[in-house]
Amino acid sequence: MAVPSFLARERIVARPGFNRWLIPPAALAVHLCIGQAYATSVYKTALVSHFDSTLTAIGIIFSIAIVMLGLSAAVFGTWVDRNGPRAAMFASAVFWVTGFLVGSLGIYTEQLWLLYLGYGVIGGIGLGIGYISPVSTLIKWFPDRPGLATGMAIMGFGGGALIASPLSRQLMSWYDPSYDPAVAGTTPSGNAVAGLFLTLAALYAVFMMFGAFIVRVPAADWRPDGFDPASVKSKPMITTENVSANNAIKTPQFWLLWTVLFCNVTAGIGILEQAAPMIQDFFRNGETSTVLAATAAGFVGLLSLFNMAGRFVWSSTSDFIGRKPIYMVYLGVGIILYVILATLGSTATWIFVITAAIIISFYGGGFATVPAYLRDLFGTYQVGAIHGRLLTAWAAAGIAGPLIVNGVLDSRGTPGQLVAGDYRPALFIMVGLLAVGFVCNLLIKPVASKWHESREAVEDFTHEHHTEEERSAVR
Amino acid sequence: MSSSVSQNQQPTHTPVGLIAFAWALVGVPLAYGLYNTVKAASALFGA
Repeated sequence: MAVPSFLARERIVARPGFNRWLIPPAALAVHLCIGQAYATSVYKTALVSHFDSTLTAIGIIFSIAIVMLGLSAAVFGTWVDRNGPRAAMFASAVFWVTGFLVGSLGIYTEQLWLLYLGYGVIGGIGLGIGYISPVSTLIKWFPDRPGLATGMAIMGFGGGALIASPLSRQLMSWYDPSYDPAVAGTTPSGNAVAGLFLTLAALYAVFMMFGAFIVRVPAADWRPDGFDPASVKSKPMITTENVSANNAIKTPQFWLLWTVLFCNVTAGIGILEQAAPMIQDFFRNGETSTVLAATAAGFVGLLSLFNMAGRFVWSSTSDFIGRKPIYMVYLGVGIILYVILATLGSTATWIFVITAAIIISFYGGGFATVPAYLRDLFGTYQVGAIHGRLLTAWAAAGIAGPLIVNGVLDSRGTPGQLVAGDYRPALFIMVGLLAVGFVCNLLIKPVASKWHESREAVEDFTHEHHTEEERSAVR
Repeated sequence: MSSSVSQNQQPTHTPVGLIAFAWALVGVPLAYGLYNTVKAASALFGA
């Protein structure tokens, strides 16, 4: 599928002297916007009331969006790699913004299916394309620090919710004066949520287009100052060869890493999904909890911070200690932390908070490190497309994690009466999952040479034989 | 910070102002989000 010339990869090849530190903010401009997907809880109750519906029916909107994220990243990954980051960011912005506009129409007209179609399906496609859009570009601009580069961008996805939550509350309180975010129990009107959607659509359009128009790809022979590609060759787990996306999914390495990501994400979601009620249940004394609702909300905020920080800190650390060792930490230390949470978590609030926060930092770190791990195993050739296919693990974990936790808790009692012991079976299931992930990570070895692509195929794919005219057209 | 290239192309210079503006554009909203989240999280420590 051809793209208009102003979006084409050939038009955005950077000239010598271009400063690569303009690329991370371009990536962040997209990820900070699509990260709003994690802030849907701020208007969930308002939508339940507006549509006279249920939490489950409204929660489906988010589930559709995450499933579409995984599917669209998998389906459009090759298109993204072929056409470059500007076309991908532009397409992502169009889908994401259209999702909000259609969703807003659905709220105004009280047509829930339009919200499913708009935010869920159309917006979800924008999520998937946007999530993978800057990854391979960042890896190419930062061959010396791929973990740092992808960590910065994927940190933005976590940061997006941090921005969207307070901003949404503020905007809804302007659109519905009877709604006061500081007063528990008040709910914004549906029209306030529709107005919020329109405002976010406008803001996100500006931000994402800014990212799309400042992003550049490096020339084929570009290297950062002082970077010696030979230093990469000396590391056994980092390839200098390239594997196509179609071949990557035929390798055991892809599916081992898919399982690693699935296990790590499922375990993290187990805590994230239940964070607020979980801390109250762990310190329940009879009918009441020693942890107040406001404190529980603070705990959720703390987890968001660790989720975001973990993406940057752990992914950057992986540049120094290696991708396989860092996943051994995520999964191995994660096992110990889950056991501590299950056995000692209810003895002191600080033990519960610290263990949960570190677990969530590993959850974020797992997301942010995986593109660099893929680069190490499969090369930069179609790393965006391979990443897109790997993200189906996220969609699967998004279903499995809540199913495991909610299934266990449903069998143990009713919400509001659960105690720490009721969470134990779910936590030990997570320990088992992390153990499976740990073993899979240990089994990952370099990809066999039969899957490597020829240099000609790589160059043909990315159109990296640019003519002088094409290059001079780029500013 | 960038680069050595062998192509016969006109070199470019990315204005520092543009880099600062781009980082500010993403940094300011992020700082706003961080501030609000830290404020919410402070309830956990009884602040």
